Amino acid sequence: MKNRLKVLRAERDLTQADLADALAVSRQTINAIEKGKFDPSLPLAFKISRLFNLPIEAIFQDDDAV
Amino acid sequence: MKNQNWNTQNLHNTRLLAIWTFAWVASMALATFGPTFIWQENMPLTLLAIAINAAFGVAMILANIRHIKGLDEMQRKIQLEAMGIALGVGVVGGLSYTLLDTTNVISGDAEISFLVILIGLTYLGATIIGQMRYR
Repeated sequence: MKNRLKVLRAERDLTQADLADALAVSRQTINAIEKGKFDPSLPLAFKISRLFNLPIEAIFQDDDAV
Repeated sequence: MKNQNWNTQNLHNTRLLAIWTFAWVASMALATFGPTFIWQENMPLTLLAIAINAAFGVAMILANIRHIKGLDEMQRKIQLEAMGIALGVGVVGGLSYTLLDTTNVISGDAEISFLVILIGLTYLGATIIGQMRYR
């Protein structure tokens, strides 16, 4: 699953640690999500979506989507 | 602020786990060597030492549950995978080792401590590999 987390974070001038702070996860987890190595659960994806005030599909894109 | 609490809680859970693990290992050593070197085979003291060891073991398990519950979802996934691998290696390795004993391929008796070491090292290795994989 691809995501725009890194871009959105940079646009808001947030560090990985800041984002981890806001989401109550480790910085390593933010890094793994950004690199596409770890797909977040639906509750975490909703949390991210609320934080950026964007719909989930504007942040995460399914690899298999046509 | 939220994560500072999360990090603080995580650190607290890790410390608790370390303390109970140390207490369990120390009480295991006491229950093992105490009867011979400290209280000269006194049965009530030996039973007390074993009961304390079991109680510390339960506390260690509860601390481990608390520690895992406090992790975030990716860290929990790494732990779950490592535990699965350690369990699999433990069951397969343990049964093979028992077979070696029952068929007299090895001269001595199969010792549970070898199995514990195998499971421990597998869990440690799998956790390190898991951490590296998601880096």
